[in-house]
Amino acid sequence: MHDHDHHQDHDHDHHHDNRYSDMQARVRALETVLSEKGLIDPGAIDAIVETYETKIGPRNGAHVVAKAWSDPDFADWLKRDATAAIGSLGYTGRQGEHMRAVFNTPDTHNLVVCTLCSCYPWSVLGLPPVWYKAPAYRSRAVIDPRGVLAEFGVTLPEGKRIRVWDSTAELRYLVIPERPEGTEGLGEEELADLVSRDAMIGTAVAGAAS
Amino acid sequence: MNGPHDLGGQMGFGPVAPEKDEPYFHAEWEKRALGITLSCGAFGAWTIDESRHARENIPPADYLAASYYEIWARALEVLLERHGFATRAEVDVGVKQNEPAVPKRILKADMVPGVLARGGPCDRPVEAQPVFKPGDRVRTRNFNPETHTRLPRYARAKTGVVEAVQGSYVFPDDNAHGKGENPQWVYTVVFDAGEIWGEGADPTLTVSIDAWESYLERV
Repeated sequence: MHDHDHHQDHDHDHHHDNRYSDMQARVRALETVLSEKGLIDPGAIDAIVETYETKIGPRNGAHVVAKAWSDPDFADWLKRDATAAIGSLGYTGRQGEHMRAVFNTPDTHNLVVCTLCSCYPWSVLGLPPVWYKAPAYRSRAVIDPRGVLAEFGVTLPEGKRIRVWDSTAELRYLVIPERPEGTEGLGEEELADLVSRDAMIGTAVAGAAS
Repeated sequence: MNGPHDLGGQMGFGPVAPEKDEPYFHAEWEKRALGITLSCGAFGAWTIDESRHARENIPPADYLAASYYEIWARALEVLLERHGFATRAEVDVGVKQNEPAVPKRILKADMVPGVLARGGPCDRPVEAQPVFKPGDRVRTRNFNPETHTRLPRYARAKTGVVEAVQGSYVFPDDNAHGKGENPQWVYTVVFDAGEIWGEGADPTLTVSIDAWESYLERV
Protein backbone atom coordinates (compact mmCIF):
# COMPACT_ATOMS: atom_id res chain seq x y z
CA MET A 1 0.00 0.00 0.00
CA HIS A 2 3.00 2.30 0.43
CA ASP A 3 3.54 3.68 -3.01
CA HIS A 4 5.85 6.53 -2.11
CA ASP A 5 6.32 7.81 -5.64
CA HIS A 6 2.68 8.47 -6.21
CA HIS A 7 1.19 9.11 -2.81
CA GLN A 8 3.26 11.77 -1.08
CA ASP A 9 0.11 13.43 0.09
CA HIS A 10 -0.90 11.24 2.97
CA ASP A 11 0.35 9.66 6.12
CA HIS A 12 1.88 6.35 5.18
CA ASP A 13 1.21 4.82 8.55
CA HIS A 14 -2.50 5.54 8.31
CA HIS A 15 -3.35 4.74 4.75
CA HIS A 16 -6.91 3.65 5.36
CA ASP A 17 -8.40 7.06 4.84
CA ASN A 18 -6.99 6.90 1.35
CA ARG A 19 -7.39 3.23 0.69
CA TYR A 20 -9.62 3.71 -2.32
CA SER A 21 -7.08 5.80 -4.16
CA ASP A 22 -4.31 3.50 -2.92
CA MET A 23 -6.22 0.48 -4.06
CA GLN A 24 -6.78 1.88 -7.54
CA ALA A 25 -3.04 2.26 -8.02
CA ARG A 26 -2.22 -1.03 -6.32
CA VAL A 27 -4.68 -3.13 -8.31
CA ARG A 28 -3.65 -1.43 -11.56
CA ALA A 29 -0.03 -2.32 -10.79
CA LEU A 30 -1.04 -5.89 -10.02
CA GLU A 31 -2.90 -6.21 -13.31
CA THR A 32 -0.01 -4.66 -15.23
CA VAL A 33 2.61 -6.99 -13.77
CA LEU A 34 0.50 -10.11 -14.24
CA SER A 35 -0.38 -9.11 -17.80
CA GLU A 36 3.29 -8.44 -18.66
CA LYS A 37 4.05 -11.93 -17.43
CA GLY A 38 1.33 -13.38 -19.59
CA LEU A 39 -0.42 -14.81 -16.54
CA ILE A 40 -3.75 -13.08 -16.95
CA ASP A 41 -5.88 -12.00 -19.89
CA PRO A 42 -7.48 -8.59 -19.28
CA GLY A 43 -10.25 -9.73 -21.61
CA ALA A 44 -11.06 -12.54 -19.20
CA ILE A 45 -11.38 -9.99 -16.40
CA ASP A 46 -13.78 -7.97 -18.55
CA ALA A 47 -15.79 -11.12 -19.24
CA ILE A 48 -15.98 -12.00 -15.53
CA VAL A 49 -17.14 -8.50 -14.62
CA GLU A 50 -19.70 -8.45 -17.42
CA THR A 51 -21.08 -11.80 -16.29
CA TYR A 52 -21.73 -10.58 -12.76
CA GLU A 53 -22.97 -7.16 -13.85
CA THR A 54 -25.43 -8.37 -16.46
CA LYS A 55 -26.03 -12.13 -16.41
CA ILE A 56 -25.94 -13.51 -12.87
CA GLY A 57 -27.94 -11.72 -10.19
CA PRO A 58 -30.96 -11.90 -7.85
CA ARG A 59 -33.31 -12.26 -10.80
CA ASN A 60 -32.10 -15.88 -10.99
CA GLY A 61 -33.07 -16.54 -7.40
CA ALA A 62 -36.42 -14.76 -7.80
CA HIS A 63 -37.19 -17.13 -10.67
CA VAL A 64 -36.43 -20.10 -8.39
CA VAL A 65 -38.69 -18.72 -5.66
CA ALA A 66 -41.55 -17.90 -8.03
CA LYS A 67 -41.40 -21.39 -9.49
CA ALA A 68 -41.39 -22.93 -6.01
CA TRP A 69 -44.50 -20.89 -5.13
CA SER A 70 -46.25 -21.91 -8.36
CA ASP A 71 -45.26 -25.53 -8.73
CA PRO A 72 -45.51 -27.87 -5.71
CA ASP A 73 -43.47 -30.56 -7.49
CA PHE A 74 -40.66 -28.10 -8.05
CA ALA A 75 -40.87 -26.97 -4.41
CA ASP A 76 -40.55 -30.61 -3.31
CA TRP A 77 -37.54 -31.10 -5.57
CA LEU A 78 -36.00 -27.93 -4.17
CA LYS A 79 -36.39 -29.30 -0.65
CA ARG A 80 -34.87 -32.66 -1.56
CA ASP A 81 -32.13 -31.61 -3.99
CA ALA A 82 -31.78 -27.86 -4.39
CA THR A 83 -28.63 -28.10 -6.50
CA ALA A 84 -30.42 -30.17 -9.15
CA ALA A 85 -33.71 -28.26 -9.00
CA ILE A 86 -31.95 -24.91 -9.36
CA GLY A 87 -29.65 -26.34 -12.01
CA SER A 88 -32.70 -27.36 -14.05
CA LEU A 89 -33.40 -23.64 -14.51
CA GLY A 90 -29.88 -23.08 -15.80
CA TYR A 91 -28.38 -21.64 -12.62
CA THR A 92 -25.20 -23.51 -11.83
CA GLY A 93 -21.56 -22.94 -11.16
CA ARG A 94 -19.28 -20.86 -9.06
CA GLN A 95 -20.44 -20.43 -5.46
CA GLY A 96 -23.62 -22.37 -6.21
CA GLU A 97 -22.10 -25.84 -6.55
CA HIS A 98 -23.82 -27.20 -3.45
CA MET A 99 -27.16 -25.49 -2.88
CA ARG A 100 -29.70 -25.79 -0.09
CA ALA A 101 -33.10 -24.09 -0.10
CA VAL A 102 -34.58 -23.19 3.28
CA PHE A 103 -38.28 -22.39 3.44
CA ASN A 104 -39.80 -19.72 5.63
CA THR A 105 -43.03 -20.83 7.31
CA PRO A 106 -45.62 -19.14 9.52
CA ASP A 107 -43.58 -20.45 12.50
CA THR A 108 -39.99 -19.90 11.39
CA HIS A 109 -38.00 -17.18 9.67
CA ASN A 110 -34.64 -18.10 8.13
CA LEU A 111 -31.62 -15.81 7.92
CA VAL A 112 -28.32 -16.58 6.16
CA VAL A 113 -24.88 -15.29 7.12
CA CYS A 114 -21.23 -16.20 6.73
CA THR A 115 -19.55 -15.15 9.96
CA LEU A 116 -16.10 -16.35 8.79
CA CYS A 117 -15.88 -14.75 5.34
CA SER A 118 -18.42 -13.92 2.65
CA CYS A 119 -19.93 -17.22 1.47
CA TYR A 120 -23.00 -16.41 -0.62
CA PRO A 121 -24.96 -18.20 -3.34
CA TRP A 122 -23.55 -16.37 -6.36
CA SER A 123 -25.33 -18.56 -8.93
CA VAL A 124 -28.74 -17.39 -7.76
CA LEU A 125 -28.07 -14.01 -6.09
CA GLY A 126 -24.99 -12.71 -7.89
CA LEU A 127 -22.26 -10.87 -6.02
CA PRO A 128 -23.03 -10.11 -2.37
CA PRO A 129 -23.78 -6.57 -1.19
CA VAL A 130 -21.15 -4.78 0.89
CA TRP A 131 -23.13 -5.08 4.12
CA TYR A 132 -23.26 -8.88 3.82
CA LYS A 133 -19.44 -9.02 3.82
CA ALA A 134 -18.91 -6.34 6.49
CA PRO A 135 -18.27 -6.90 10.21
CA ALA A 136 -21.53 -5.40 11.50
CA TYR A 137 -23.74 -8.00 9.81
CA ARG A 138 -21.35 -10.93 10.19
CA SER A 139 -20.91 -10.30 13.92
CA ARG A 140 -24.54 -9.62 14.88
CA ALA A 141 -26.62 -11.92 12.67
CA VAL A 142 -25.89 -14.90 14.93
CA ILE A 143 -26.46 -13.18 18.28
CA ASP A 144 -28.99 -10.41 17.60
CA PRO A 145 -30.90 -11.22 14.41
CA ARG A 146 -33.96 -9.29 15.53
CA GLY A 147 -31.85 -6.18 15.97
CA VAL A 148 -30.34 -6.71 12.54
CA LEU A 149 -33.76 -7.25 10.96
CA ALA A 150 -35.02 -4.02 12.55
CA GLU A 151 -32.31 -2.15 10.68
CA PHE A 152 -33.79 -3.56 7.47
CA GLY A 153 -37.25 -2.43 8.56
CA VAL A 154 -38.40 -5.96 9.35
CA THR A 155 -40.20 -6.71 12.61
CA LEU A 156 -41.14 -10.33 13.18
CA PRO A 157 -43.93 -11.40 15.53
CA GLU A 158 -42.50 -11.91 19.04
CA GLY A 159 -43.03 -15.65 19.18
CA LYS A 160 -41.82 -16.40 15.67
CA ARG A 161 -38.76 -18.60 15.66
CA ILE A 162 -35.61 -17.42 13.93
CA ARG A 163 -33.18 -19.86 12.41
CA VAL A 164 -29.80 -18.46 11.43
CA TRP A 165 -27.71 -20.48 8.99
CA ASP A 166 -24.00 -19.77 9.31
CA SER A 167 -22.42 -20.82 6.00
CA THR A 168 -19.31 -22.41 7.48
CA ALA A 169 -18.85 -25.11 4.80
CA GLU A 170 -19.42 -25.16 1.03
CA LEU A 171 -23.21 -25.37 1.20
CA ARG A 172 -24.86 -22.22 -0.07
CA TYR A 173 -28.27 -21.27 1.27
CA LEU A 174 -31.21 -19.68 -0.54
CA VAL A 175 -34.15 -18.55 1.59
CA ILE A 176 -37.56 -19.26 0.05
CA PRO A 177 -39.73 -16.55 1.56
CA GLU A 178 -43.40 -17.00 2.35
CA ARG A 179 -45.67 -16.24 -0.56
CA PRO A 180 -47.48 -12.96 0.07
CA GLU A 181 -51.23 -13.11 0.56
CA GLY A 182 -53.44 -12.06 -2.31
CA THR A 183 -51.07 -13.29 -5.02
CA GLU A 184 -53.05 -16.35 -6.07
CA GLY A 185 -53.76 -15.08 -9.55
CA LEU A 186 -50.22 -14.06 -10.42
CA GLY A 187 -47.96 -15.83 -12.89
CA GLU A 188 -44.32 -16.69 -12.30
CA GLU A 189 -43.02 -13.47 -13.87
CA GLU A 190 -45.22 -11.29 -11.68
CA LEU A 191 -44.40 -13.35 -8.61
CA ALA A 192 -40.69 -13.01 -9.28
CA ASP A 193 -41.12 -9.23 -9.19
CA LEU A 194 -42.17 -9.56 -5.53
CA VAL A 195 -38.94 -11.33 -4.50
CA SER A 196 -36.05 -9.09 -3.53
CA ARG A 197 -32.45 -10.12 -3.03
CA ASP A 198 -32.79 -9.41 0.67
CA ALA A 199 -35.88 -11.63 0.95
CA MET A 200 -33.70 -14.51 -0.29
CA ILE A 201 -31.01 -13.76 2.34
CA GLY A 202 -33.68 -13.40 5.01
CA THR A 203 -33.26 -9.68 5.76
CA ALA A 204 -36.59 -8.89 4.10
CA VAL A 205 -39.91 -10.56 3.46
CA ALA A 206 -41.38 -11.04 0.01
CA GLY A 207 -43.70 -8.45 -1.39
CA ALA A 208 -42.23 -5.62 0.62
CA ALA A 209 -40.64 -2.69 -1.15
CA SER A 210 -36.98 -3.44 -1.63
CA MET B 1 -6.90 -19.55 13.52
CA ASN B 2 -8.46 -17.10 15.93
CA GLY B 3 -8.20 -14.31 13.40
CA PRO B 4 -10.06 -11.08 12.74
CA HIS B 5 -12.35 -12.88 10.30
CA ASP B 6 -14.05 -14.92 13.04
CA LEU B 7 -16.68 -12.32 13.77
CA GLY B 8 -19.73 -14.16 15.11
CA GLY B 9 -20.91 -12.53 18.34
CA GLN B 10 -18.37 -9.70 18.39
CA MET B 11 -19.74 -6.27 19.22
CA GLY B 12 -19.11 -2.64 18.49
CA PHE B 13 -19.31 -2.50 14.69
CA GLY B 14 -22.46 -0.37 14.68
CA PRO B 15 -25.56 -0.72 12.55
CA VAL B 16 -25.61 -2.81 9.38
CA ALA B 17 -26.47 0.15 7.18
CA PRO B 18 -27.71 -1.46 3.96
CA GLU B 19 -27.29 0.78 0.93
CA LYS B 20 -30.36 1.41 -1.20
CA ASP B 21 -29.97 0.35 -4.83
CA GLU B 22 -26.41 -0.69 -4.14
CA PRO B 23 -24.26 -1.09 -7.26
CA TYR B 24 -22.29 -4.31 -7.69
CA PHE B 25 -19.06 -2.31 -7.61
CA HIS B 26 -18.20 0.96 -5.91
CA ALA B 27 -15.02 1.66 -7.88
CA GLU B 28 -13.37 0.44 -11.06
CA TRP B 29 -10.57 -1.22 -9.12
CA GLU B 30 -13.08 -3.49 -7.39
CA LYS B 31 -14.05 -4.93 -10.78
CA ARG B 32 -10.42 -5.57 -11.62
CA ALA B 33 -9.73 -7.04 -8.16
CA LEU B 34 -12.59 -9.51 -8.63
CA GLY B 35 -11.46 -10.50 -12.11
CA ILE B 36 -7.78 -10.77 -11.20
CA THR B 37 -8.57 -12.87 -8.13
CA LEU B 38 -10.66 -15.31 -10.15
CA SER B 39 -8.10 -15.37 -12.98
CA CYS B 40 -5.28 -16.17 -10.58
CA GLY B 41 -7.39 -18.84 -8.92
CA ALA B 42 -7.45 -20.54 -12.31
CA PHE B 43 -3.65 -21.05 -12.10
CA GLY B 44 -4.42 -24.11 -10.01
CA ALA B 45 -1.57 -23.23 -7.64
CA TRP B 46 -3.63 -22.85 -4.48
CA THR B 47 -7.02 -23.94 -3.17
CA ILE B 48 -9.97 -21.85 -2.06
CA ASP B 49 -9.08 -22.93 1.48
CA GLU B 50 -5.54 -21.59 1.19
CA SER B 51 -6.89 -18.32 -0.19
CA ARG B 52 -9.35 -18.00 2.70
CA HIS B 53 -6.50 -18.58 5.14
CA ALA B 54 -4.43 -15.89 3.43
CA ARG B 55 -7.31 -13.45 4.00
CA GLU B 56 -7.59 -14.46 7.66
CA ASN B 57 -3.90 -13.73 8.10
CA ILE B 58 -4.24 -10.05 7.26
CA PRO B 59 -3.38 -8.17 10.48
CA PRO B 60 -6.60 -7.57 12.45
CA ALA B 61 -6.53 -3.77 12.34
CA ASP B 62 -6.07 -3.85 8.57
CA TYR B 63 -8.64 -6.60 8.03
CA LEU B 64 -11.35 -4.79 9.95
CA ALA B 65 -10.68 -1.48 8.21
CA ALA B 66 -10.57 -2.93 4.71
CA SER B 67 -13.35 -3.34 2.19
CA TYR B 68 -13.84 -6.91 1.09
CA TYR B 69 -12.19 -6.44 -2.29
CA GLU B 70 -9.21 -4.92 -0.50
CA ILE B 71 -9.05 -8.04 1.67
CA TRP B 72 -9.07 -10.13 -1.51
CA ALA B 73 -6.38 -8.07 -3.19
CA ARG B 74 -4.07 -8.07 -0.17
CA ALA B 75 -4.39 -11.81 0.25
CA LEU B 76 -3.85 -12.36 -3.46
CA GLU B 77 -0.51 -10.56 -3.31
CA VAL B 78 0.59 -12.94 -0.57
CA LEU B 79 -0.46 -15.97 -2.61
CA LEU B 80 1.23 -14.69 -5.76
CA GLU B 81 4.50 -14.19 -3.91
CA ARG B 82 4.28 -17.50 -2.03
CA HIS B 83 3.77 -19.44 -5.25
CA GLY B 84 6.33 -17.58 -7.34
CA PHE B 85 4.08 -15.65 -9.69
CA ALA B 86 4.79 -12.05 -8.62
CA THR B 87 6.72 -10.42 -5.81
CA ARG B 88 5.60 -7.58 -3.63
CA ALA B 89 8.49 -5.55 -5.04
CA GLU B 90 7.13 -6.02 -8.54
CA VAL B 91 3.67 -4.84 -7.53
CA ASP B 92 5.24 -1.88 -5.68
CA VAL B 93 6.70 -0.57 -8.92
CA GLY B 94 4.20 -2.09 -11.35
CA VAL B 95 6.91 -3.62 -13.51
CA LYS B 96 7.85 -7.22 -14.20
CA GLN B 97 11.24 -8.10 -12.73
CA ASN B 98 11.30 -11.91 -12.63
CA GLU B 99 10.11 -14.81 -14.70
CA PRO B 100 7.06 -16.31 -13.02
CA ALA B 101 6.31 -19.87 -12.05
CA VAL B 102 4.35 -21.79 -14.69
CA PRO B 103 0.64 -22.04 -13.88
CA LYS B 104 -1.42 -25.12 -14.70
CA ARG B 105 -3.71 -22.94 -16.79
CA ILE B 106 -4.24 -19.35 -17.81
CA LEU B 107 -7.81 -18.11 -17.96
CA LYS B 108 -8.61 -16.63 -21.37
CA ALA B 109 -11.74 -14.63 -22.15
CA ASP B 110 -13.35 -17.42 -24.15
CA MET B 111 -12.95 -19.83 -21.23
CA VAL B 112 -14.79 -17.61 -18.74
CA PRO B 113 -18.41 -18.73 -19.35
CA GLY B 114 -17.50 -22.41 -19.03
CA VAL B 115 -15.29 -21.94 -15.99
CA LEU B 116 -17.91 -19.90 -14.12
CA ALA B 117 -20.72 -22.30 -15.07
CA ARG B 118 -18.72 -25.29 -13.82
CA GLY B 119 -17.50 -23.71 -10.61
CA GLY B 120 -15.42 -25.83 -8.28
CA PRO B 121 -17.45 -28.60 -6.66
CA CYS B 122 -15.74 -29.86 -3.51
CA ASP B 123 -17.87 -32.88 -2.66
CA ARG B 124 -15.73 -36.02 -2.61
CA PRO B 125 -16.62 -39.64 -1.91
CA VAL B 126 -15.47 -41.22 1.35
CA GLU B 127 -15.51 -44.92 2.10
CA ALA B 128 -16.62 -44.72 5.72
CA GLN B 129 -20.27 -44.38 6.66
CA PRO B 130 -21.26 -41.21 8.53
CA VAL B 131 -20.68 -41.53 12.27
CA PHE B 132 -23.67 -39.36 13.16
CA LYS B 133 -27.27 -39.31 12.02
CA PRO B 134 -30.04 -36.73 12.21
CA GLY B 135 -31.28 -36.31 15.78
CA ASP B 136 -27.94 -37.20 17.41
CA ARG B 137 -26.74 -34.90 20.16
CA VAL B 138 -23.18 -33.80 19.56
CA ARG B 139 -20.64 -31.53 21.17
CA THR B 140 -18.24 -29.46 19.12
CA ARG B 141 -14.60 -29.80 20.01
CA ASN B 142 -12.70 -27.13 21.83
CA PHE B 143 -9.55 -26.26 19.93
CA ASN B 144 -7.65 -23.14 18.99
CA PRO B 145 -5.37 -23.98 16.08
CA GLU B 146 -3.11 -21.35 14.58
CA THR B 147 -3.98 -22.97 11.26
CA HIS B 148 -7.15 -22.72 9.17
CA THR B 149 -10.44 -24.01 10.52
CA ARG B 150 -14.09 -23.50 9.72
CA LEU B 151 -15.34 -24.08 13.24
CA PRO B 152 -16.09 -20.57 14.51
CA ARG B 153 -15.06 -19.67 18.04
CA TYR B 154 -18.63 -19.04 19.17
CA ALA B 155 -19.54 -22.62 18.27
CA ARG B 156 -16.68 -24.45 20.01
CA ALA B 157 -17.41 -26.74 22.98
CA LYS B 158 -21.14 -26.34 22.42
CA THR B 159 -23.82 -29.02 22.45
CA GLY B 160 -26.28 -29.19 19.59
CA VAL B 161 -28.30 -31.57 17.48
CA VAL B 162 -27.43 -33.01 14.08
CA GLU B 163 -30.16 -31.92 11.71
CA ALA B 164 -28.84 -33.27 8.42
CA VAL B 165 -26.01 -35.26 6.90
CA GLN B 166 -24.99 -33.03 4.01
CA GLY B 167 -22.56 -35.23 2.13
CA SER B 168 -18.80 -35.56 2.20
CA TYR B 169 -16.53 -32.69 1.31
CA VAL B 170 -12.89 -31.62 1.15
CA PHE B 171 -11.62 -30.90 4.67
CA PRO B 172 -10.47 -27.27 4.68
CA ASP B 173 -8.37 -27.51 7.84
CA ASP B 174 -5.98 -29.82 5.94
CA ASN B 175 -6.49 -28.60 2.41
CA ALA B 176 -5.59 -25.00 3.27
CA HIS B 177 -2.11 -26.16 4.21
CA GLY B 178 -1.30 -28.51 1.36
CA LYS B 179 -2.04 -31.61 3.42
CA GLY B 180 -4.50 -33.03 0.94
CA GLU B 181 -8.25 -32.96 0.52
CA ASN B 182 -8.93 -35.69 3.14
CA PRO B 183 -12.72 -35.49 2.70
CA GLN B 184 -15.06 -35.97 5.65
CA TRP B 185 -18.80 -36.08 6.22
CA VAL B 186 -20.37 -32.69 6.86
CA TYR B 187 -23.36 -32.21 9.14
CA THR B 188 -25.71 -29.33 9.80
CA VAL B 189 -25.67 -28.94 13.58
CA VAL B 190 -28.26 -26.76 15.31
CA PHE B 191 -27.72 -24.98 18.62
CA ASP B 192 -30.20 -23.18 20.84
CA ALA B 193 -29.11 -19.57 21.27
CA GLY B 194 -29.01 -20.16 25.04
CA GLU B 195 -26.31 -22.81 24.60
CA ILE B 196 -24.15 -20.38 22.63
CA TRP B 197 -24.86 -17.04 24.23
CA GLY B 198 -26.09 -17.94 27.70
CA GLU B 199 -27.93 -15.39 29.80
CA GLY B 200 -30.22 -13.09 27.89
CA ALA B 201 -30.12 -15.12 24.69
CA ASP B 202 -33.11 -14.79 22.35
CA PRO B 203 -35.34 -17.77 23.29
CA THR B 204 -36.75 -17.92 19.76
CA LEU B 205 -33.32 -18.18 18.13
CA THR B 206 -31.48 -21.25 16.89
CA VAL B 207 -28.20 -21.08 14.99
CA SER B 208 -26.72 -23.76 12.77
CA ILE B 209 -23.27 -24.37 11.42
CA ASP B 210 -22.08 -26.90 8.88
CA ALA B 211 -19.49 -29.00 10.68
CA TRP B 212 -16.98 -31.53 9.42
CA GLU B 213 -17.15 -34.84 11.26
CA SER B 214 -13.86 -34.34 13.12
CA TYR B 215 -15.25 -31.15 14.69
CA LEU B 216 -17.83 -33.24 16.54
CA GLU B 217 -17.97 -35.64 19.48
CA ARG B 218 -20.93 -37.69 20.57
CA VAL B 219 -22.61 -36.53 23.76
